[in-house]
Amino acid sequence: MSAEETTLDALDRRIINDLQRGFPLTPNPYADAAKALQIDEAELLARLKSLLDRGILTRFGPLFQIERAGGRFVLCACHANAERLAEVIAAINARPEVAHHYERTHYLNLWFVVAIERAAALEDVLARIEADAGVAVLAFPKEREFFVNLYLPA
Amino acid sequence: MPTPTTASFDATDRALIRASQAGLPLVAAPYKQLGEMLGLSEQEVIAHFEAMQASGLLRRIGAVPNHYALGWRANGMTVWDVADEQVEMLGERVGALPFVSHCYKRPRRLPHWPYNLFAMVHARTVADAHPLVMQIQEVLGSACRAHDVLWSTRILKKTGLRIGPGD
Repeated sequence: MSAEETTLDALDRRIINDLQRGFPLTPNPYADAAKALQIDEAELLARLKSLLDRGILTRFGPLFQIERAGGRFVLCACHANAERLAEVIAAINARPEVAHHYERTHYLNLWFVVAIERAAALEDVLARIEADAGVAVLAFPKEREFFVNLYLPA
Repeated sequence: MPTPTTASFDATDRALIRASQAGLPLVAAPYKQLGEMLGLSEQEVIAHFEAMQASGLLRRIGAVPNHYALGWRANGMTVWDVADEQVEMLGERVGALPFVSHCYKRPRRLPHWPYNLFAMVHARTVADAHPLVMQIQEVLGSACRAHDVLWSTRILKKTGLRIGPGD
């Protein structure tokens, strides 16, 4: 996932920027999105496949806010020492509930988001991660959300 | 804890989430293809997605970039110890800064973690990000007792939500 400086042409950038904002719910959405980009459907499909294959897009599709259906996204952190770092990362990433995971510059060097369908499952999932990874996990559930809108132009 | 509005969420919605959470099929008629997998018509699939969008359960359909690949290399989680009686008001103001992508109030974990306000900033370089961090500091003023910035050094996983086969 450490995609180094990647070659993106102007059309790749337009596609990434446009499609970060949304996508039609129509029978032929790629054709409709392609029209807005003034390209044809086959070109858009080929470009999206290439962007995904190259890891420039990590995903293309629906983004669900599972909290609206009783689930939770919970930010968690732990410390892993250098000797066990790779092993701890692998154990955390092996859990399907771990949606995102970043290494960060702090004593708490691993930060990940647990995404669960039922809020009540949190304790069990965290206990399982602690047991598998052999670390103590701190949970930082959100108490207030002030703003969420990630849009990073290419 | 937050109290998110609970949307109605039926077995079909759940099946659609399961079928599409890893990605929308890259075919001319992706909703028709999802429907064929689940025994639904294309119109039913579209109607369910529309209803999920209206309830907020579907945030959007779109592209999720690897921000490093786009050149956004300085991704900082800024964390702040803000006086409890002011954190709600100041969180709103920090969240309103145009360069803050996410902003949350979260619990402190004393004694080691005094920070209760988290705001994500993104820039091409750490040097470009510093003025952004300083702008947050200005908004918080004397209500802020300490802060830190945790830069991400590696993306270790970025798959998003994966709900399981069910109980």
